[in-house]
Parts: sequence; C-alpha cells; structure tokens
Amino acid sequence: MANQQDRNLLAVIGDEDSVTGLLLAGIGNVGPNQSKNFLVVDSKTQIPTIEAAFEDFTSRKDIAILLINQHVAEKIRPLVDKYQEPFPALLEIPSKDHPYDPSKDSILKRVQKLFGE
Amino acid sequence: MSGTGPRESIFPTRMALTNTKLRLKGAQTGHSLLAKKRDALTTRFRAILRRVDEAKRKMGRVMQLASFSLAEVTYATGDISYLVQEQAKSASFKVKAKQENVSGVVLPAFEVDRVPGSDFNLTGLGRGGQQVLRAKEVYAKAVETLVELASLQTAFMILDEVIRATNRRVNAIEHVVIPRLENTIKYITSELDEMDREEFFRLKKVQGKKKRDAETAEATRKALEAEGHKNIQPTLAGGGGDLLGGKDEDVIF
Repeated sequence: MANQQDRNLLAVIGDEDSVTGLLLAGIGNVGPNQSKNFLVVDSKTQIPTIEAAFEDFTSRKDIAILLINQHVAEKIRPLVDKYQEPFPALLEIPSKDHPYDPSKDSILKRVQKLFGE
Repeated sequence: MSGTGPRESIFPTRMALTNTKLRLKGAQTGHSLLAKKRDALTTRFRAILRRVDEAKRKMGRVMQLASFSLAEVTYATGDISYLVQEQAKSASFKVKAKQENVSGVVLPAFEVDRVPGSDFNLTGLGRGGQQVLRAKEVYAKAVETLVELASLQTAFMILDEVIRATNRRVNAIEHVVIPRLENTIKYITSELDEMDREEFFRLKKVQGKKKRDAETAEATRKALEAEGHKNIQPTLAGGGGDLLGGKDEDVIF
C-alpha cells in the first residue's frame, strides 16, 4: 500500500483542447527523459500510438489518475474495457466536440447494471 | 442417515465428534462475521454507487463549462495549445492519496494537492490574459471534480472486488463447509449410536447366554439332586435316625 503514496500525478490522453485546458490547470509534468504525462490525439494519430500511451500510463508508478477522452477511449475500447485495476484510476471525460454519453462509459455500464439488478 | 451428502473422512470417535462440533461452531461464527462485513461493505457500496452516478453527470456539465472558457481564450488570444504543451515542465496540480478503512478494507481517496504555480505566466501576455486566468481557474475546478470522481470510482472498483470475494467466502461457508461439518457430525453420531446398540446387543447376548448357562447348570444340578434324592435320601434319613440300627456290611469286625 506504500506505493500508492507515491502516485501523485494525473495523466491525460485527449484531443488538443482538452489537453490544453488540463495543462492550463497545471497537471502537466515532463520527466527527466522527456516522458510526458499527456498525449494529444488528433485525427492523424495512429491507434497503436494511443494504445502504447495507454499501456505506458497505466503501468507507470507515479500516476494516480488517468484521464482519457471518451471518443479516444472509444477507439481503444477493448483495451479500456479490459482494464480493471484500481490504480491508476481510469476516468473517461467528455470532450468539446463529443458530448458525454453515459451509456458508453465502462464504469457507468457497471453502475447501471448494479442499479438495474 | 450417515451416507447422505459429502462429509470429511474422519474416524468416528467421541474426540472427533467434539472437534467437529467445535469446528462447526467456529464456521458459524465466521459465517456471521463475514455476513456482517458484507452488509457493511454493501451499505458503503450503495452510497458510493449513487455518488458515482451523480458525479459522472456533474462532470459532464463541468467539462462543458471548461471547454467553453477555453473557447473564449482561443477567441481572445488565438491558438495557445502549442505554447502550453511546450511550457509544461512540472506539475503544480498533484493529488495525494489518503486511506480510509471500511471494515478492514483500505479505500484510497485522492486529495487535491495544489501548489500555486507560476506556470504559463507569459501566456496571453499580449491579449486575453484575463481569459487565460479564468480558463485556468475553471479548469482547476473541473479537475478537482475529476479527482473527486476518480477517488469515488477507485473506491467503487475496490469495494466491488472485495464484496465479490466476501460473498464467495460467505457462500462457500454456508453451502459447503457448514453442511459438510453437519454431515460429519451426523455420521459420527450415527456411527456411535450404532456402536452403542451393538454393544448393548452384545451385552444382552452375553447376559442371555449366561442366564441360559445358569439355567442349564441349575437344571443339571436339579436333575442330579433329584437323582440323588432317590438314592441318598433314604440312607440319609435312615442314617439320621439310627446309626447303629442297621448292619454295616463294610464293617468287617
């Protein structure tokens, strides 16, 4: 449980606007060897790149919360749905162009299922 | 009957019976404790569930607001995204994990740990500085909401898993361990009863045989006695009457 104390960063995978806004809030962190804790995804970004960043952020030991735009999460949905770890916490956030759809969220899906029981 | 249901392979003795009864009692105590734990966790889980649902919907609104303020910045300053991305060096907005204990389950909760940073001071120096500042504030608020939601969600995931494990244990004890112990107890009791009956029967048999033997002995004795009565009685009576009355042929002189 001790290593959870070291997790104090937020990471983000999202489109340009979301990342810019969150960086303005001050979550941006660049490590010693240029390892950023954010990834900007645009229409030209390849899916393997997103997947690699997702794997990287979820396996890093200093990240407590991983924010990911919902439409980006949609692109790597199998990977996101497979992710079950409590740390880092995975959070799907809405983006400017893509309004939030609660029915697609992997957590909310479970919440709905539990409410519907 | 002893043959029904699974039971432990154990030798039916009184000591094993005592042991098994103790174990059954232990299992029942454990079962009630685990059931209590499960109830406590489920109560907590339900509360969190409702809050997660609420927070998720709130997040939608907050993020919309934040995007809007960023749009204002873009309108006033132009595109600052590249600048911002390049200027990011070290995080001024961090989270601290603290822990909460719910009946033996450690639930982490994130807490915002914000250093008043001087990042992006030069952003929007020319125009739109106010909008940039406002966007920063709005986004900071939004991220706070996100952090809150993240801790709720983490607690949700952990609780979900722990409840599952606890449920498995409760069910295992209720449906496997306790019936097996009960079956074992029944088996031992019936075997002991059986042994008792056998012992009783054996004793009765022995007693019956002894009685029969005694009767036979008695009968033989009686028969012998009766026979002896015929032979001995007169002599006895006669002998008792007068010893010198008859002539003894054994007496030579």
